[in-house]
Amino acid sequence: MDMAFLIETIVKIVVILLVFSALAGFGTYFERKVLAFMQRRLGPMHVGPYGLLQIAADGIKLFTKEDIVPQNVVAPIFKIAPVITAATAFMAAAAIPFMPSFTMFGYEVHPIVADINIGILYILGVMGAGLYGPLLGGLASANKWSLISTARAASIFISYEVITGLALLAPLMMVGSLSLIDFNTYQAGGFGDWIVWSQPVAFVLFVIAGFAETGRTPFHLVANDHEIIDGFGTEYSGMRWGLFFIGEYANMFFISFVIAIIFLGGYGDGSGLGALALLAKVSFIFFFFLWTRAAWPDIRPDQLMWLCWKVLMPIAVINIVITGIVMMF
Amino acid sequence: MFEAVAFYLFAFLTVVMFSITVFTKQALYALTSLAAGMIFISAFYFILGADFLGAVQIIVYTGAVMALYAFAMMFFDTTRDVKEHTRSPQIVFLLGGMVALLIVIIFAVPIVSENITANYPVAEGVGNSQAVGIVLFTKYLVPFEVAAVMLLVAMVAGIVLAGKKMDHSLTLMEDEEIEFAEKSNEKAVS
Repeated sequence: MDMAFLIETIVKIVVILLVFSALAGFGTYFERKVLAFMQRRLGPMHVGPYGLLQIAADGIKLFTKEDIVPQNVVAPIFKIAPVITAATAFMAAAAIPFMPSFTMFGYEVHPIVADINIGILYILGVMGAGLYGPLLGGLASANKWSLISTARAASIFISYEVITGLALLAPLMMVGSLSLIDFNTYQAGGFGDWIVWSQPVAFVLFVIAGFAETGRTPFHLVANDHEIIDGFGTEYSGMRWGLFFIGEYANMFFISFVIAIIFLGGYGDGSGLGALALLAKVSFIFFFFLWTRAAWPDIRPDQLMWLCWKVLMPIAVINIVITGIVMMF
Repeated sequence: MFEAVAFYLFAFLTVVMFSITVFTKQALYALTSLAAGMIFISAFYFILGADFLGAVQIIVYTGAVMALYAFAMMFFDTTRDVKEHTRSPQIVFLLGGMVALLIVIIFAVPIVSENITANYPVAEGVGNSQAVGIVLFTKYLVPFEVAAVMLLVAMVAGIVLAGKKMDHSLTLMEDEEIEFAEKSNEKAVS
């Protein structure tokens, strides 16, 4: 543990924090523009060219808005809940390799904060812990909409964690490692080696569970505007609400990276082209999140549970059994 | 140096969190500090190099405590203090303190007498999760399978207990149907 390692790690952490906080802002802009395009509207147009400065306007609004802690809430928990959402999203990023390692000023840089050998397990665990944000926020605010949203968050968390784990087991058995870098090297052979071709079922299940874990439409039940206002976020204002937002969008980006690395070949052989390809895949998955929001209505909570336990879980288990049989013979 | 700093930091945080869990009267504080304490414990596994157990600690206990939250939501108004009915706090304190002391002694004695040896030391060149798997599926295979069967039994029992009205869905029923069902239930009870 020398000084150079320490400085390198801190620089990486700061870069990831800055880049993805900014990307979360751009994410809201892309979301509005994509939704507007699909619904034959213009979206934000007035602030700056093509509404690009809308992000800055939103930021100024969120930062300067009065921070209200309403009566009857459990203040310490109420205040800490948004921090949990944002912090866990970025903590999960510690084990994601964002790019192949490259040489800069004669110094080899590995764009991953901590290459622990249980990477994917750590990422999913910490991302799962992120659901404590909506849970605590909803429980602490003295509001019935928030409470309903909390109940939904708890049920989604407990059920969809199962799907994520079971869906991942089959590719894990093939690769034989939990490190995302090993996943990448396994698929380094090119397009034909992608795990999505050998594990299409696991891929679909993992993407569906990803929608549930990030709370995106069609599983946007924790903050379903048209029935429970903003759910856990109803009582929040200003930057506290903004932290929830940053956490949600950062999570979307990170889960896109995880999907791209596990199933879609990651950065391939590690060349510059491979890095660009990874960025393209991540952008497409992010776009897919928005596309789904424009195309699908939200489903009911009981349908969500039905889908999880009666459809997805049996399929995931059958997939694991078949993978095991194929690998054995 | 880093390990020592991390150890004392997380030891302090864990003790503080679990103290809050025990001493507070607010269900929400108790549960939140319990969850935080459980996650801080995983830091010790990471310091010791047992990455796999650390990540499993986070995954298992966030889920487990989440289930407790669900219960708290059903039984309490979590924004109010819980009224505790303890007849004599002295006896509770004495019994709790005794048990805690006993556990500390049980764990401290082998350390003091320096009788600890690793029965299954980590094999060289084997990853963390593989090492856990090797011991689990050779030495501890029978307890592992028994635990699996017990969980299955618990699951079947839970479904039987909760599944009496699973063919009705309140969401899909009309209001009149729900009222009718409730009335027929009352008749059946009386």
